Amino acid sequence: MNEQKVIEVDSLVKKFGSFVANNNLTFDVYKGEIFGFLGANGAGKTTAIRILCGLSRPSSGKVKVAGIDAAHNPEEIKKRIGYMSQRFSLYEDLTVSENIELYGGIYGMRMKEIRTRTPELLSRLNFTGYADTLIRSLPLGLRQKLAFAVAVFHEPEIVFLDEPTSGVDPITRRQFWEMIYETAGNGITVFVTTHYMDEAEYCDRVTIMNEGRIVALDTPAALRQKYGTASVEELFVKITRPKKESV
Amino acid sequence: MAAAEAYNVTHRFGNLTAVDNVSFSIGEGELFGFIGPDGSGKTTLFRIAATLVIPSDGRMTLFGLDTVRDYKELRNHIGYMPGRFSLYQDLTVQENLDFYATIFGTTIKENYHLIEPIYKQIEPFRKRLAGKLSGGMKQKLALSCALIHKPKILILDEPTTGVDAVSRTEFWEMLSGLKAEGITIIVSTPYMDEALRCDRIALIQSGKIMGIDTPDNIRKSYTKRLYAVRHPEKYKLLLALRSLPLALSCEPFGDSVHITLPEGTRPDDIISILNTAGLPDASITEIIAGIEDVFLELMKRES
Repeated sequence: MNEQKVIEVDSLVKKFGSFVANNNLTFDVYKGEIFGFLGANGAGKTTAIRILCGLSRPSSGKVKVAGIDAAHNPEEIKKRIGYMSQRFSLYEDLTVSENIELYGGIYGMRMKEIRTRTPELLSRLNFTGYADTLIRSLPLGLRQKLAFAVAVFHEPEIVFLDEPTSGVDPITRRQFWEMIYETAGNGITVFVTTHYMDEAEYCDRVTIMNEGRIVALDTPAALRQKYGTASVEELFVKITRPKKESV
Repeated sequence: MAAAEAYNVTHRFGNLTAVDNVSFSIGEGELFGFIGPDGSGKTTLFRIAATLVIPSDGRMTLFGLDTVRDYKELRNHIGYMPGRFSLYQDLTVQENLDFYATIFGTTIKENYHLIEPIYKQIEPFRKRLAGKLSGGMKQKLALSCALIHKPKILILDEPTTGVDAVSRTEFWEMLSGLKAEGITIIVSTPYMDEALRCDRIALIQSGKIMGIDTPDNIRKSYTKRLYAVRHPEKYKLLLALRSLPLALSCEPFGDSVHITLPEGTRPDDIISILNTAGLPDASITEIIAGIEDVFLELMKRES
């Protein structure tokens, strides 16, 4: 991991009316880092991710993604990042290669480059022979692996993965994380959310959000030591539970 | 009498066999878990149990009543919570609950004691539209609606998917409370760690049941000695262990890598090899297999 900052967040606040969804967030993410973004449902993770992806603007504070200001130039951010969500990743009624072309095109790649690099992408995924298969008929695990490969096909500086392994079988889940390690090893920063607490351990650093604030941010080992817990799961429950009485 | 019995149940969608010759027997008052990833057939199986799908082959009974022939009678005894939130988003919390009570010919008041521990947590929001609730609150409302007619059996399809670790713990505590009321509960989940909360579990993958037993016995069915290896450089450690001809299986598990060793290999041998491979100070400890270790093992055996 190197010291070059890819995401810089300083005193980020996002309000919806009187509701403060992000309350003074400050953190940096480095090049090639696997950065885990954890928190209870409703803690403000999605709001923060939308701002980092250029989909929503901060109410106040400074946010820079790939060196670009999120308040003034969000459209430029979209070209520099990749995004994959658990709920909607690929078009089911398009084939594998059609999805690759569509997403490559959306991310601003030239058709010639897409066509040249598609075979290599397919062979790296062991997908050779699936080029003309409809996404609908692929098992979920394969879809998720393809969706990830498509999100980094244009070689973005950062890829955002929103619960990428939800419901995926344990073998594919592990293969997926190896793709994450490889991607980070190639210098692409990985920003990932998950509800699997064992996956939090795979991250270089994790942050835990609760009620709009960052309540913990460090390496998993350092956090476990600091809070005297055996696992990140225990830590998560310890940090977020006392304040969760209000549903 | 068994609460639920499946006799060689198979269900096909075109060429796809979603449920493949599944049989089981679930006792009254049991908290029974189906553990498996998305696409393993859990939802189809649960829809058959909830009398919503007619199986291609085989049959299922709940309390001796056939899910196809006796569906009308059975529906009075089933509380079903589908995986996707399916209450009326444009009705309020209370209107949804009233609606479900009414179609089952009862009132909120009559069975309030049953839903009280769950419903009282969302009661302050009873005038809010269901579509405006948070994920955790929707889940509690859906469970209240599934319970309001005092069913003998609850069929809960992935109630904790996409829910954070804290809310999941709370949800399982609610289920323990309902079990204490004598309600049989069938629940599915992709989170292997939740298996430990069940009386018995079935491990399901590609439409087939790979194993059925108590969580404890499932863990004991892992006969090999299992070790957890730890080193701060997790990915390097994984690659190093995988390149060892000595490690029979090698799977990352959070902060450690689980490996099995052939007869005669001592754990210390692994440490000294890692030492020379540039990973000094690795540690190795023998551990008891978890549900996910067994699941991985069974998956590899099946394929």
